[in-house]
Amino acid sequence: MNRNERKSLREIYDLKPGDFNTERKPTWCLGCGNYGIWNTIKKTFVKLKLMPHEILIVYGIGCAGNGTNFIRTYAFHSLHGRALPVATGAKLANHKLNVIIMGGDGDGVGIGGNHFIHTCRRNLDMTYILHDNKIYGLTTGQTAPTSDRGFKTKSTPSGALERPVNPVAMALICGATFVARGFSGDTKHLLDIMRRGIKHKGFSFIEVLQPCVTFNKVNTYDYYRDRIYKLEELKDYDQSRMDEAIKQSMEEERIPIGTFYEVDRPTYEDGLKQIERKPLVDHMIADIDINRLLNKFY
Amino acid sequence: MKVSNISWKIGGEAGFGIMSTGTIFSKIFARKGYYVVDNNEYPSLIRGGHNTYTVRVSSNEIFSIDKDINILVALNEETIKLHQEEVTYGGYIIYDENNSDIGELKKARKDINYIMVPFSKIVTELGIPGVMINNVSLGASVALLNYDLEVLKNIIRDMFGRKGPEVVSSNIKSSEFGYKYIKEKLKINAYELEIVKPISKMLLTGNDAVFMGAVRSGCKFYAAYPMTPSSSILESFASIENDYNIVTKHAEDEIAVINMAIGASFTGVRAMVATSGGGFSLMNEGLGSAAMTETPIVIILCQRAAPATGLPTWTEQGDMLFAIHASHGEFLRVVMAPGDPEECFYLTGKAFNLAETYQIPVIVMLDKYLSENHFSYEKFDFKNITVDRGKLLVKSKDIDTGYKRYFNTEDGISPRVITGIEGGIHIANSDEHDEYGYSEDGAFNRKLMVDKRFRKIKKLIEEIPPPRIYGPTDAEITIWSWGSCKGPILEAMNILNQKEKKVNLIHFTYLYPFDGESIEGIIEKSNKNVVVENNKTSQLAKIIMMNTGHRIKNKILKYSGRQFLPGEIVNGIEQIE
Repeated sequence: MNRNERKSLREIYDLKPGDFNTERKPTWCLGCGNYGIWNTIKKTFVKLKLMPHEILIVYGIGCAGNGTNFIRTYAFHSLHGRALPVATGAKLANHKLNVIIMGGDGDGVGIGGNHFIHTCRRNLDMTYILHDNKIYGLTTGQTAPTSDRGFKTKSTPSGALERPVNPVAMALICGATFVARGFSGDTKHLLDIMRRGIKHKGFSFIEVLQPCVTFNKVNTYDYYRDRIYKLEELKDYDQSRMDEAIKQSMEEERIPIGTFYEVDRPTYEDGLKQIERKPLVDHMIADIDINRLLNKFY
Repeated sequence: MKVSNISWKIGGEAGFGIMSTGTIFSKIFARKGYYVVDNNEYPSLIRGGHNTYTVRVSSNEIFSIDKDINILVALNEETIKLHQEEVTYGGYIIYDENNSDIGELKKARKDINYIMVPFSKIVTELGIPGVMINNVSLGASVALLNYDLEVLKNIIRDMFGRKGPEVVSSNIKSSEFGYKYIKEKLKINAYELEIVKPISKMLLTGNDAVFMGAVRSGCKFYAAYPMTPSSSILESFASIENDYNIVTKHAEDEIAVINMAIGASFTGVRAMVATSGGGFSLMNEGLGSAAMTETPIVIILCQRAAPATGLPTWTEQGDMLFAIHASHGEFLRVVMAPGDPEECFYLTGKAFNLAETYQIPVIVMLDKYLSENHFSYEKFDFKNITVDRGKLLVKSKDIDTGYKRYFNTEDGISPRVITGIEGGIHIANSDEHDEYGYSEDGAFNRKLMVDKRFRKIKKLIEEIPPPRIYGPTDAEITIWSWGSCKGPILEAMNILNQKEKKVNLIHFTYLYPFDGESIEGIIEKSNKNVVVENNKTSQLAKIIMMNTGHRIKNKILKYSGRQFLPGEIVNGIEQIE
């Protein structure tokens, strides 16, 4: 489906964010950062004139993954940490699909860390939205890979001994071609990032800082509001420079949000001759002639 | 001497080109219509270590290699030391005195012929690379068999043509030299194979057959992580992916492999993965994900001797119960175990149809022996593999309003859609879910959905053929076996029948679901039952016990990392009281 056809469907249906609601009401805690992400992604779809059936969201497991039930698109609620490979297979099978991945910090940089590295360098045209609340929420409050050193939880009563993973820096060095960070408490800013991320041709990584109001009493809305600054407001910040992006991503005292890095690079799909003409899924498979193959075995 | 059957073996260090030499030798005969089975044995090394390649050629149908060797080509002294015992009375060892000091060794076998062919000297004189001694040995072997050198030359042209005329000509020259050395200088005429109908045969491994079966079945997405003995399937797919519009993905690990295949299949293409036991261990959680989301997937499990890294390049049937029970929770799957490349081909076709019709994972089990050794066949009739996609809805107009992905149907199979079409929006959910796919943990729903998924077994079990019976129905002894043991058992049965011992074989190519009732009659009627398995714990006997209550006490088991030789089975059977 090309962009023009999308426009016409948009006109027929007059798409609204509510069209992306399911029959289920969200089950997140009152004040959870997930509401900000949920509202913003629906608005982003409207803004990009995407119809629900044109989108596949692959979810990981966790509070973020539970979003499966609350956003009306094609959805695959995969296993803990495995959303990225499921999305990769789906995108390769039909590269016309708009593929988005949603998962938490434990899902993405803990148990799914290996897939994160390789999906970044693969640069498929997909968008990965990492919900980072620096805690394991759904399992009721254990330390996450993104939790700060010294963070006290049920699994680290004396304080976490490991340094936190920096997902933005990881995405940068692993080869994601769009890397950004948003804050679920600033949905206007987040909308712009999501819109740019989904539009970007290549692998887009968006970390969304998201307070867990129930289990994380450190990284609260106020905590972020006190520390956040916007990269867009920095004078002379050049989003095409990896060195600047890495420097900003390593900032520890204050927290930059916005687009760290965006670059045009051929996608994985661009390198596949076999899907140039049409997606794999559109091929007829009823009677494939393998005579040529059989003849190789004489 | 006219013979119907000869066995040839070449041995040397890894890096000598043993594998390609053996394959050429097999091809020489398959191309002229002979039956061929071969067996290559090698350590997990790139250079050094001891490699062998055994080829058995016959003018009659054969099913496995045999112990006795007629011609042994020794590229080093070690080969003579290790294998001269296997050479049959009056047989031949071709060696090069530059590589082997065999004065003492010879004393052990005065009944065989040691033929010195100066491989290395010839190669030096011709000024060609050292690895060409293989061609000298091939030429010499062809001469000993009084066979047509032109066939060898043609194969050399086919195989090395890409590398340019110079490479072809020096390969041919060296093979001619070996041939003439035997024919004209030594004037030896050792064996001559009986004539067969000159209809060329294909020569292929189990992996080759699986690969072609999958391409024919319309597999469009293949993911893998290299692991012996499954890797050749990955290489085959990669080599033709543009010609057949297939995406081949070498992923970061087997966890990614299975999840990518699930993603591709969910989107609407046929997807397959292959691995060995270690990779399958990593795939276990993904297997359950495919089951819970009812996403069809075909998994090729090429077993090797395990646990852990085990014996990477050696064979074993240790993973049957693992495959049947793999992943947490209870769910339906199909487990198959073809016994030869022909069964690999057709069962792979069947695997895709079962996976899509029942929306379940299907596991096809091979082992190193079947995955990597060649067998000769007349051309497969690929039209016998047809495509049945079950309840897959391809167009929006076919989808009812209020579409339910997990609709609780009478046969348990719900309509599936191609992801991305209008009207088919749903959740494929690894959480327990309701008919729409929404996460749902209610007690009523849970039972409903478990029952729905398991209800498919009713129709499925009707599609699963009972085990095949080989040999007489009124046998004294009934062998029960599965997978690749079939070949050596059929050979053993031939030997036993000549000794007037009536033996038959019940061979399982489908291991799960296991229809106990279909075999109870046979098991009760048999005089003596024995299992033959390439494992330590007789897993087939266990599953028969589980499903029928019958204990098969006689067991012929081998777990040395090597496939059975027919003689070992004969001995085992003869010892049964």
